[in-house]
Amino acid sequence: MSLSARVLDGDRRALARLLTHIENDDELGHAALDLLYPHTGRAHLVGVTGPPGAGKSTLVNELIRAYRERRSNIAVVAVDPSSPLTGGATLGDRIRMTEWHVDPDVFIRSMASRRHGGGLAETTLAVSYALDAAGFDPVIVETVGTGQDEVAIADLALTTILVQVPGLGDSVQTLKAGVLEIGDILVVTKADRPEAGELARDLVRLKTLNPGQRPAWDPPVLKTSATRREGIGAVIEAIDQHRAWLADSGELDRRRRRIATTEIAARVQAELRRRADADDDSCLNTLVEHVIARDLTPYRAAERFLGTLPV
Amino acid sequence: MTADVSRPDRARRIRVLVAKPGLDGHDRGAKVMARAFRDAGFEVIYTGLFQTPEMIASAAVQEDVDVVGLSILSGAHLALFPPIMTALRDVGRHDALVVAGGTIPKEDIPAVEELGIAAVFGPGTPLHEAVAFIRERAPTREDVP
Ligand SMILES: Nc1nc2c(ncn2[C@@H]2O[C@H](COP(=O)(O)OP(=O)(O)O)[C@@H](O)[C@H]2O)c(=O)[nH]1
Ligand SMILES: [Mg+2]
Repeated sequence: MSLSARVLDGDRRALARLLTHIENDDELGHAALDLLYPHTGRAHLVGVTGPPGAGKSTLVNELIRAYRERRSNIAVVAVDPSSPLTGGATLGDRIRMTEWHVDPDVFIRSMASRRHGGGLAETTLAVSYALDAAGFDPVIVETVGTGQDEVAIADLALTTILVQVPGLGDSVQTLKAGVLEIGDILVVTKADRPEAGELARDLVRLKTLNPGQRPAWDPPVLKTSATRREGIGAVIEAIDQHRAWLADSGELDRRRRRIATTEIAARVQAELRRRADADDDSCLNTLVEHVIARDLTPYRAAERFLGTLPV
Repeated sequence: MTADVSRPDRARRIRVLVAKPGLDGHDRGAKVMARAFRDAGFEVIYTGLFQTPEMIASAAVQEDVDVVGLSILSGAHLALFPPIMTALRDVGRHDALVVAGGTIPKEDIPAVEELGIAAVFGPGTPLHEAVAFIRERAPTREDVP
């Protein structure tokens, strides 16, 4: 039986193997995705992002518990950065989720960011498709956010949870411009700490000052404590509400379009880089030579390159 | 993409599960192992303390690791390893290369290897030897889309 048929049949081993092929960006992975893609589109993709040590994995562990209580099959993709020097990675998010290791309806996969270097891997979304096709809903993607990477996950997820933690210096002043706006749900973790209330109030204030372009959705600011098991129910409720709002408002279609566009563009860009690195006499590299020789601007080179492509 | 030029047949990164079975609460050895593997360019999935055989087997499935590294300091290896090997076989992961590290006395090594554990890296083993062994022996696999 083929890998994709086994995945649809609920074979976890086949699913895990397929994820490896997808991560490795190999032809077998692409061919299996061709077959699985028509079976996707059912899962809700939730991004959880925020600074390292903020309590994201611990929060995800509590979300798993809540989803299991309502009998959902839930998948988690936990992305951590690869070392730029060796390409190796230590992926430790499972440590916080060990109680689900033997639950057959929970699937946890650790991913290194690989070439991408930041909080996401190039293939993270494709990995989520395979989990979607395998019947998991929701699929939660945990990524480390250190500036731009939060934005990357927000471009791919249907609901983005932005995690902030008290005690990181002067609270929201450390938030980079534009980061707060990507959160559909803002969560202050470690609410058992005294500074949590102040951070939550700051977030509410900041959010009101910068409403962003969100039309009708007002991102709630929620506090959770994993140690006290508090606040998780409200997060689940907010995810449900956001999911319903996406469908009712028409925003779901807009996001799906944006996600598809982002993914195609990312793929084209990655492929172009690969071709440029291949250093052959392709059209791309000929254009690169002209740009270096200063007889063609990069703008005109891009025009010519696109002109060589069938529409 | 791969750092492993000596094995051109594998255009992928070696993924290693580092697990700490048993009831002793010391994971220093496991962490040293994990760090050495990461520095060797492997992707290391670390699962923390107190892992049961079923937890290790299930993580080996989901993470699709090539290698399972077991770290043991408690001296309970002869009790702990057999159920782990059974659990791996039960979930179809007996294709993974299983190695062990920690305080395993020389006289126990034949019995441990008899279980299907490919190598034992005792306290005196330099970590680069473990790395070289894994590079050499990590299995390759064939699939159909
Ligand atoms: N006091 C307190 N500590 C927490 C809470 N959630 C997580 N932590 C601790 O914060 C540390 C980092 O948690 P982790 O979930 O791994 O953070 P991540 O790096 O964002 O995934 C761990 O030591 C957790 O035990 C919480 O709600 N309250
Ligand atoms: Mg984490």
